[in-house]
Amino acid sequence: MHELPVTKSILQIVLRHAEAQGVEKVHAIDLSIGALSDLEAEWLQSYFDHLSKDTLAEGAELRVHRSALTFKCEPCAREYTAKREELDTATCPGCGSRDAALMGGTAYTVESMEAE
Amino acid sequence: MSDITLINIKEEILSENRELAARLRSDLDEKSVFLVNFMSSPGSGKTSLIVRTLEHLKDQFQMAVIEGDVDSAVDAERVAGEGFPAVQIKTGGSCHLTAAMVEKGLDALTLEEIDLLFLENIGNLICPVGSDTGAHLNVALLSIPEGDDKPLKYPKIFQTADAFVVNKTDVADFFDFDEDAFRRRVGRLNPEAPIFGLSCKTGDGVAPWCSWLSDRVGAKRP
Ligand SMILES: Nc1nc2c(ncn2[C@@H]2O[C@H](COP(=O)(O)OP(=O)(O)OP(=O)(O)O)[C@@H](O)[C@H]2O)c(=O)[nH]1
Ligand SMILES: [Mg+2]
Ligand SMILES: [Zn+2]
Repeated sequence: MHELPVTKSILQIVLRHAEAQGVEKVHAIDLSIGALSDLEAEWLQSYFDHLSKDTLAEGAELRVHRSALTFKCEPCAREYTAKREELDTATCPGCGSRDAALMGGTAYTVESMEAE
Repeated sequence: MSDITLINIKEEILSENRELAARLRSDLDEKSVFLVNFMSSPGSGKTSLIVRTLEHLKDQFQMAVIEGDVDSAVDAERVAGEGFPAVQIKTGGSCHLTAAMVEKGLDALTLEEIDLLFLENIGNLICPVGSDTGAHLNVALLSIPEGDDKPLKYPKIFQTADAFVVNKTDVADFFDFDEDAFRRRVGRLNPEAPIFGLSCKTGDGVAPWCSWLSDRVGAKRP
């Protein structure tokens, strides 16, 4: 359900940029989605296909790039990345500690689009 | 013949909601209203905690409640039954409150007469999280029967809330909720946020939560 307002927002952003640049057709859209986001790429695409009918972005492919988790180690301050499944278990590659604070991971942005 | 080009955008999704929420927050600041957004799964105890908190702080603040519900007024009636102003916003199927919905709720209240305002979000651990409501404080509730693994399953809410309430401590003996594991998991995602264990049924632990909240409201005032 929460994919719907997100998709609306994506389409709005893309159409605004498409019009400003005078493009004829949008082919693909690159999205950057935080590792902790629960957004499902398939749902985004199917909502998008529906909402974008009869617009410049009709048929555009959404390419979702999921960013990695970034931790900052408490003891040694080293920053390292981990997978979503390693949220509870990732350890610092420098000192082996599991005490770490998560940095970011929730933002989502429209990065770019391919258009003609 | 036209060429395909890559156009750089770098724009945050849902920024419209965020901008409206920021505007609501500064309107509330001007009127010295402190808005608290409560989020949890269905049945964790949002309404119960709001009612307990209203009772506890009634001599200190003028309070009111905005109840978000998909399609019922049950919670708003419960709050109104306690003698506090309550506004119901029905989301008509939407799974979370947007800033625009909150704005409607605010319009229905006399803000000049309120200094502490509670917002009960839709029962859901995922959807409300990405959507700024204009609140000054975001509180996530979890109840003992739901289990200590929730931060692993729904990390985003645990990363972004300002405080956590673990409700239903009265039934702790019947469940294997591991408090240390829970605190460690939350600590990794959100080391600054305080965690309050309490029972809305017995009232145990409600006082420390209310005194922390009252300090937070006080800290915002001139
Ligand atoms: N044992 C016990 N039960 C509780 C406690 N707090 C709330 N309950 C019960 O849990 C149920 C749900 O509480 P609510 O306050 O309605 O929960 P809610 O989060 O507002 O629920 P929704 O609005 O439906 O999402 C009710 O039957 C409450 O009586 C508690 O501390 N201990
Ligand atoms: Mg409720
Ligand atoms: Zn380290």
